[in-house]
Amino acid sequence: MNWADAFDRVPPLLASHIVLAAAAMLLGAVIALPLGVFAARHPKFGRVALGFASIIQTIPSLALLALFYPLLLALSVQALGFLPSLLALALYALLPILRNTVIGLNGIDPAVIEAADGIGMTRWQKLHIVEAPLALTAIMGGVRTAAVWTIGAATLSTTVGQPSLGDIIFSGLQTQNWVLVLTGCVTAAGLALLVDGLLAMATAGIETQRRWLWVVPLACAVVLPVGILLDQSKAASTITIGAKSFSEQYVLARVIGRRLEAAGYRVRYKENLGSAVVFSALSGNDVDVYVDYSGTLWTNEMKRADVPPRAAMNAAIADWTRAKHRVTTLGALGFENAYALAMRGDVARKYRIRTLEDLRLASDEMTLGGDLEFLDRPEWASIRKGYGLSFARTRAFSPTFMYEALKSGDADVISAFSSDGRIAADGLVVLTDPKGVIPGYDALLLIGPKASGDARLVAALRPLIGAVRVEDMRRANLMVDGQKLSPEVAAKWLDSVMSKKP
Amino acid sequence: MTEGKTNHGPAVALERVTKRYAGGGGITDVTLCVGGGAFVALVGASGSGKSTLLKSINRLVVPDGGTVAVGGEDVAGVESHSLRRRIGYVIQGVGLFPHLSVAANISMPLRIAGEDCGERVAELLDLVDLPQDFGPRAPDTLSGGQRQRVGFARALARAPGLMLMDEPFGALDPVTRDALGRSYRALHDRLRLTSIMVTHDMAEALLLADRVVVLAEGRIVADETPVALLGGAGGEVAQALVAIPRDQAARLAGLVT
Repeated sequence: MNWADAFDRVPPLLASHIVLAAAAMLLGAVIALPLGVFAARHPKFGRVALGFASIIQTIPSLALLALFYPLLLALSVQALGFLPSLLALALYALLPILRNTVIGLNGIDPAVIEAADGIGMTRWQKLHIVEAPLALTAIMGGVRTAAVWTIGAATLSTTVGQPSLGDIIFSGLQTQNWVLVLTGCVTAAGLALLVDGLLAMATAGIETQRRWLWVVPLACAVVLPVGILLDQSKAASTITIGAKSFSEQYVLARVIGRRLEAAGYRVRYKENLGSAVVFSALSGNDVDVYVDYSGTLWTNEMKRADVPPRAAMNAAIADWTRAKHRVTTLGALGFENAYALAMRGDVARKYRIRTLEDLRLASDEMTLGGDLEFLDRPEWASIRKGYGLSFARTRAFSPTFMYEALKSGDADVISAFSSDGRIAADGLVVLTDPKGVIPGYDALLLIGPKASGDARLVAALRPLIGAVRVEDMRRANLMVDGQKLSPEVAAKWLDSVMSKKP
Repeated sequence: MTEGKTNHGPAVALERVTKRYAGGGGITDVTLCVGGGAFVALVGASGSGKSTLLKSINRLVVPDGGTVAVGGEDVAGVESHSLRRRIGYVIQGVGLFPHLSVAANISMPLRIAGEDCGERVAELLDLVDLPQDFGPRAPDTLSGGQRQRVGFARALARAPGLMLMDEPFGALDPVTRDALGRSYRALHDRLRLTSIMVTHDMAEALLLADRVVVLAEGRIVADETPVALLGGAGGEVAQALVAIPRDQAARLAGLVT
């Protein structure tokens, strides 16, 4: 992927990033400013409030975002996307604004305050005529710090399904596409510097009473996010396509996107959603379409431990999604992406390991590398129990680095995906499952409750059912993982081979 | 309470006023009557309660017990901010609003009361002997004496009948201090104000006030005219304070003989 492709993805993500950061700053300031005034007047309360804000600051921002998911889920409001991102970032913006407001107000010469009281100012007059202007420099310093933090942390909102510049950073990281990572980072950093500069300008403008100096930044701060929001609300009929955080998902999302665009829809992508959140996002209409795997739904969402034949499992899943979540399971795309354990060909031959059964004897000297989810998934528990495996060590990697770890010998066995193009490319051996403990992993096309009601949309996607062959999927995956082509390019190729099919 | 020229400022009456602080200090059971148009100095060591007494009059300090009346009206029954708008208040630190011009500082009491400034800033600059071109200047471009003159102008903006002053000349050099003290005394007489001034400097109190009230440990220990104090009245604490300027004067006189 080259720079031009990377920059093509920036504008909508930047727009979404700006709206999120601006909304979080606004909410943070609306809470922190009055709280700061109150804290400055009531030192005991001030210590508690500052302590609370400091504790929030020590929570890693990613964890703070993740913590809002179960909380909002329990309150049965929108648990993914904009709301949790907004709340987490606003909480993050609290501390610098709160602290600097208190510092600014406490730093005012006591004689000035005594004089303000002495000439008979009311509390409100004292605040807006005397205290606010005198504390302004300190408060604006806090606002600037908060703005830079918020813009930086907003990249993490990607993980809870809110589009931001983090989308291309995380996608780039997954596919080792450093151009994409760099583009996302540079854009976010540039935005932070620009906003910081505008706020510095506004501060100078207010202090020196040069009106245009603060009117210009204020206008930017209001017009830009509102303009973006208005623009987005025009595109209310946009279809949101979800994707988990690996190449196959990026490619399939774009194949779906191409078909919908051809049918006249506007689409946007929410990528890097965790397995656990993406189905909830679909049933909550935060995502309209995505591809999931039968075994994942079976074990994670339906909490089933038995392993029925593939066709029966798919039928049972379709019934369950419709009945419980009004989600349409349109059908299987035609290929399977099973969790499998894979080894380097030379190592497997040396130990004469071909099946999971064979692995038992050697596993206590080996290191298992799993992707970030695998080691906590029920499938791993089934394999471990079913074959009595006990590895010397287990390590978690992001999928891309897992293959590197296998090559370098940092892992002897990895959890692999059967549709992964790197299996053939790297000459890996996939261990067979003679006892049949791993469920089927047919790729299923799922449509959310709202989009299910759109017959034209369903019709546009129906041709994808049964149309994707596993060898084509592997090749498309390898285009992204191995050749570092963009998911768009791989999707275009995959779409074209599907269309050629009789 | 904006008395005309023919009238004088309001009387102030404290009746058994008590205010104690957790860390010590304050005043205990203080009763004091100040007649309309009088100039009273409150003198005492640090922590004697003189500032607490002064601030209980405009309710910057709320007493634990007792009553304070200004012009016969109990100040507890009036909204604090509207009470303070009728009383001039001058402090040692001046407390000019540093982000506002001299003119904006002077007219602030009018602005917050929703009154029109008109020519008032110019009149007030004249009243405190400051040149007219000081209006647009920033407070930090002024000398200490000039700043305190602006402080007086601001306190007088709404033509109050009562002036409360807490060490108004305390931060000034001796020359400025003397000049400003005389200027204020002249204003007091001309505007027929009631003036209550806190000072730790007995010489200043004797030279400016009609009546000197001495406080020690939160109680009034002497209440005399300057002439009576110089004549030996007022008791031990008061006389110890009077002895200092008297000795200084004697030593200065001794230098030339």
